[in-house]
Amino acid sequence: MRLVGAALFGIVVVAASAPAGEIPLGERRAGYDFMSRETRAMQDDDTANPGMLWVLEGESLWGRKVGAAGRACADCHGDARTSMKGVAARHPAFDAGMGRPVNLEQRINRCRVDRQQAPRLAWEGRELLALAAFVARQSRGMPINRVVDPRMQAFVDAGRATFYRRQGQLNLACSQCHDDHWGRRLAGNVIPQGHPTGYPLYRLEWQGLGSLQRRLRNCMVGMRAEPYEYGGREFVDLEVFLMWRARGMTIDSPAVRP
Amino acid sequence: MDRRAFLRTAGAGLGLVSIVAVRPAGATPERMQAAIRRVVGSAPVTPGRVKLEVPPLSENGHAVPLTVSVESPMTEADHVRAVHVFTEINPLPDVATFRFSPRSGRARVSTRVRLANTQTVVAIGELSNGSFWSDRATVVVTLAACLEGPL
Amino acid sequence: MARALINVPGQARRGEIIEIKTLISHVMETGHRRTEAGAPIARDIIRQFVCTYNGAEVFRADLHPAIAANPFLVFSTVATESGTLTFTWTGDNGFSVTESAAITVS
Repeated sequence: MRLVGAALFGIVVVAASAPAGEIPLGERRAGYDFMSRETRAMQDDDTANPGMLWVLEGESLWGRKVGAAGRACADCHGDARTSMKGVAARHPAFDAGMGRPVNLEQRINRCRVDRQQAPRLAWEGRELLALAAFVARQSRGMPINRVVDPRMQAFVDAGRATFYRRQGQLNLACSQCHDDHWGRRLAGNVIPQGHPTGYPLYRLEWQGLGSLQRRLRNCMVGMRAEPYEYGGREFVDLEVFLMWRARGMTIDSPAVRP
Repeated sequence: MDRRAFLRTAGAGLGLVSIVAVRPAGATPERMQAAIRRVVGSAPVTPGRVKLEVPPLSENGHAVPLTVSVESPMTEADHVRAVHVFTEINPLPDVATFRFSPRSGRARVSTRVRLANTQTVVAIGELSNGSFWSDRATVVVTLAACLEGPL
Repeated sequence: MARALINVPGQARRGEIIEIKTLISHVMETGHRRTEAGAPIARDIIRQFVCTYNGAEVFRADLHPAIAANPFLVFSTVATESGTLTFTWTGDNGFSVTESAAITVS
């Protein structure tokens, strides 16, 4: 039987056994579990969660006709509550045209350019964040995709290599904090396990909503490493790995985090 | 009760450009006392009747939940006129003034405030009979471990 | 474009105390920050919030830079009659946003 046929029948490609130090699946906890009661309350109440302001804006943008094609997201995708359900839970996803994975923001921009014939939205700009927040909100409560598309395996591995590689002037690897020392404190903050269940999220430190890549850049600056470019392969591959690492965990976008 | 969330957009209004205040040297307990004096004048402030609720430990000083309530029948004859909130070491001592009336039903308000560091927060309740009451609470504020560079 | 999220009951019994929650997008720039080059960043905050009930003011808040970004306010009012609640935020640089909600009181 050809490999393509096997993939069509949804046969799971089992990843190679995990390196030592990886968090056992049953011990994984989302960032929400490490937060104070007050910050959790802010996330739980949609009328108090500042991230919802971006979700509302995204909902408005969803229906707006843009570009040379004069087309709104809604014109092709209809009601996002139905059509976008599960989308954030399975991104980054393999894009056959590009031959590599794209994350949610890149997918939105592909539609902007190809279908709406409108200019790309800027990374970390308000519009792109609003649309990503609105789409991600439609996956709230759903588990992060478990099945690894065989075409994605190489990128999971590339992301894993980044996660375990020492970087920067502090010569730290992501795994040293987030696999080995999660739950302990770094300068008064509790170190979470680093699962991207709630992106894009409202970070109190930012006083605004931001993407996973922005958060990863914060970490890299903290490690005194040169942060990767937005949309760069290193980031998307790392996102692929982080989502694989968090497979089966529940999406809670738009989350609130300290 | 049928609750619903109500969503709207609005455009920015036209208007005057405000003058930016000159930045002060920074608040101190003395400056907070002066700010409180500006509100109460020479009247005494009695601890009690006001309940200030803030978490004892805050993960991030940018958004600390704060609730203040004053026990009062909220009648025309006996109600809370206002609650004033102050901080000890923020750059400015004033945080907010909330104005109530018998139409409020209860003198209780919740919001989120910025606290520059571990410090004491003071709430002053002003009653319709002209008396002032207070409560204070200390919040330990932790700062983010890794600061953000340029975006 | 400002976004406001208001949570208020659509219906209430006469005399009932209702809770109103408001959240509005605004940076609440304190005026204490500086750019990387050291230049001061001008204050830009919401300075006042007013709620009126069929035209009568029922709640007012004077805000200072210590109020967190994307100001969140929860307050209450007595449901007296059917009509309209309006919420107005005003501040620096001509900022002015008004939203309304209808309420039925039986």
